[in-house]
Amino acid sequence: MGTTQSGIHRGRLAPAEYETNFSDLHPRLDDHEALVAADRCYFCYDAPCMTACPTSIDIPLFIRQISTGNPLGSAKTIFDQNILGGMCARVCPTETLCEQACVRNTAEQRPVEIGRLQRYATDVAMEENRQFYERAPRTGKAVAVVGAGPAGLACAHRLAMNGHDVVIFEAREKAGGLNEYGIATYKAVDDFAQSEVDYVLSIGGIEVKNGLKLGRDFTLADLTANFDAVFLGMGLAGVNALGAEGENLPGVVDAVDFIAELRQAADKATVPIGRRVVVIGGGMTAIDAAVQARLLGAEEVTICYRRGKEHMNASPFEQDLAASKGVMIRHWLQPKRVIARDGQVAGIEVEYTEMRDGRLTGTGEIGALAADQIFKAIGQTFEAAGLGALALAGGRIAVDAEGRTSLPNVWAGGDCVKAGEDLTVTSVAQGRDAADSINRMLAAAAQPAFAVA
Amino acid sequence: MADLRNDFVGIKSPNPFWLASAPPTDKAYNVERAFKAGWGGVVWKTLGEEGPPVVNVNGPRYGAIWGADRRLLGLNNIELITDRDLYTNLTEMKQVKMNWPDRALVASIMVPCEEESWKAILPLVEETGADGIELNFGCPHGMSERGMGAAVGQVPEYIEMVVRWCKQYTRMPVITKLTPNITDIRKPARAAKAGGTDAVSLINTINSIVSVDLDSFAPNPTVGGKGSHGGYCGPAVKPIALNMVAEIARDPETYGLPISGIGGITTWRDAAEFLALGAGNVQVCTAAMTYGFKIVEEMITGLSSWMDAKGHRNLDDIIGRAVPNVTDWQYLNLNYIAKAHIDQDACIKCGRCHIACEDTSHQAITQFVDGVRHFEVMEDECVGCNLCVNVCPVENCITMVGLEPGTLDQRTGKLVDPNYANWTTHPNNPMARQAAE
Repeated sequence: MGTTQSGIHRGRLAPAEYETNFSDLHPRLDDHEALVAADRCYFCYDAPCMTACPTSIDIPLFIRQISTGNPLGSAKTIFDQNILGGMCARVCPTETLCEQACVRNTAEQRPVEIGRLQRYATDVAMEENRQFYERAPRTGKAVAVVGAGPAGLACAHRLAMNGHDVVIFEAREKAGGLNEYGIATYKAVDDFAQSEVDYVLSIGGIEVKNGLKLGRDFTLADLTANFDAVFLGMGLAGVNALGAEGENLPGVVDAVDFIAELRQAADKATVPIGRRVVVIGGGMTAIDAAVQARLLGAEEVTICYRRGKEHMNASPFEQDLAASKGVMIRHWLQPKRVIARDGQVAGIEVEYTEMRDGRLTGTGEIGALAADQIFKAIGQTFEAAGLGALALAGGRIAVDAEGRTSLPNVWAGGDCVKAGEDLTVTSVAQGRDAADSINRMLAAAAQPAFAVA
Repeated sequence: MADLRNDFVGIKSPNPFWLASAPPTDKAYNVERAFKAGWGGVVWKTLGEEGPPVVNVNGPRYGAIWGADRRLLGLNNIELITDRDLYTNLTEMKQVKMNWPDRALVASIMVPCEEESWKAILPLVEETGADGIELNFGCPHGMSERGMGAAVGQVPEYIEMVVRWCKQYTRMPVITKLTPNITDIRKPARAAKAGGTDAVSLINTINSIVSVDLDSFAPNPTVGGKGSHGGYCGPAVKPIALNMVAEIARDPETYGLPISGIGGITTWRDAAEFLALGAGNVQVCTAAMTYGFKIVEEMITGLSSWMDAKGHRNLDDIIGRAVPNVTDWQYLNLNYIAKAHIDQDACIKCGRCHIACEDTSHQAITQFVDGVRHFEVMEDECVGCNLCVNVCPVENCITMVGLEPGTLDQRTGKLVDPNYANWTTHPNNPMARQAAE
């Protein structure tokens, strides 16, 4: 079974291998494992892990609740701060956030497994479909949310909780945003992203309208005219170009599209992959694409990054994961030209780079890597369309600390704003905090005039 | 190598580690395994009088509490004395003693509080070649309701009477096992001594309900929907046992009375502490029931290594060494002043010392210094209570440092007085004032 033929082919592996390769990267802890892991938590005061969490989850408390046999109470502690705590438990780079801050590192170089404990508690609650929040009485206020990704969902949930009616406008056919389309398959198995969307939406008062894209199907002005408030959380729709000759050849693919295609494929054997794959980039997307190329049966996968290891956006954990899957990571190489043969990708010409006078410069030394398929993972860009006079900063939407934009009654959060890191958990925090800000505004507006007798 | 040989009231054993009278010593099979593992002696599970033996419950007999990682900290049981026929036990005891002449074999006995009962059983035990007897005056459940065990141990007059009978009817050394379920442990110890006992052993188990099943609302262990109080043992009871051993060791009336120390001994260190507080040897049960007989290897080698490291040649070098340092609170030196000190290199910044001090004690540990998370003792507030040391998860990170005489105590603004002074002479003590007037 399978094939090692050159070119881009589906079905490189035996069916059972796909099953194994795309199973859960870190399976859920069982009850006993969770107790053992939870016992390691010191219940720190003003805990550094909690400070490190962008959503400020009360980690010592939720772990103590696990250790005392109260996983539902634990889940509520998590959801109080982060309604997408289930996905964050799977995709957060905990090794650079809560687990890096864990005081156990100081004594033992091994943190409490906070991410896996969070997954344990949230999984227990979600499997029971235990809902912790009820909608407040309806306020009669309506809020539009653009984008059903982590920021939009977190915002919508908090608004619905406060009794507002929410309509989410989503360009894609499914809700979830990058949780659905942008996460490596082995990080969120069993259609978890959709289960989570269902779990979040079951609070009620949230309508999701799919297939409607800002700038194409409606404008921001349409929304401000028809809603009491608007939250923009549409993420980054554009992809950076290589700027190398031959970029448009078949076989040169955006890594984000590859990741989305793989996630959506019911049978992973139907996803074609090159025998030799080169990934250009140094972030999480590059790693996710490279690792999954290997898991699909690519014989040789090389990541080319134009700077050094220390500059890579991918965390050391992710880099190690890639290495363990047989991905070769090469540094100080930039793409020059895609090499074609018979109208197909045959390789890529790369140039060595170096830092000279504080600037990244090609050394002039050229090499070539054989490749059937090339993935571009050199960053995504914000595409401004239908936003009218909305102010931008650094190419993304400008916001203040509460997520307010330059326009009245318009808030924004998630990857489309220039604030914080581009992480799921950061987006959740921004969506949630914008909802609180919107709620304050709407509540103030709803105050009855105070009559002085 | 330190010499671990033990001579306890004339009973010799190659080391001071005996298995206490309990399930691990109920029959030859277990005791043989224990001796093969290296135990110095056993106290055979308590024998009852001739006739149909007692019966045990057929449901769960044990309940427990656990610490982190389900480490067993305390065990509770509702098992009774041996439920095997008296002669079966006696035959096996005789055979085991023949097989293992260098090990101590002591018979635990519990019969009704009547002279005839004791008079009847003692020759039978003596015939086995047992090295001595232990009087079970401690069992707090089941047997006590029948006028035995703790029902005797809680009445000093009964203890004295029964011990006297035993000394009268046997040549074997008599060890009187005491119950901790009593307000002043010195009273039964004095009574045992008055009756002529050769030694006391303590503690037996503590009356307890170990937990409640919150589904059935019944105590654990639950037998058919009901539970009963049982005997508590294991690491959790060690502090109670240590105190009771020390009370007897330093009581002028019982001073010098040999003590076999029992109660939560799990490691060599626990054993050494009992010896230091006056125990002539120790008895172990829960640790063996938790981990098996092999733990004695750790106990033997651990005690030996420590003794070698400290230059203690034999057990006599350590037995009772801590007794002179046990005193009443009123004699503690009030001029001794200590302050907590946090080793910043060892500190992992968990903040537990801070919050313990801040919420529940003396507000003497910082949380931030110059805006940075930093835990440091404020000596002008620290009363030296030691709570931070106890809650700190890192060993030796926080230590108590005594102030040198003549240095300034920043909390009181006074110089540390080099002289010893205690509460009995303190001006705030009304009794001391009376004496002065």
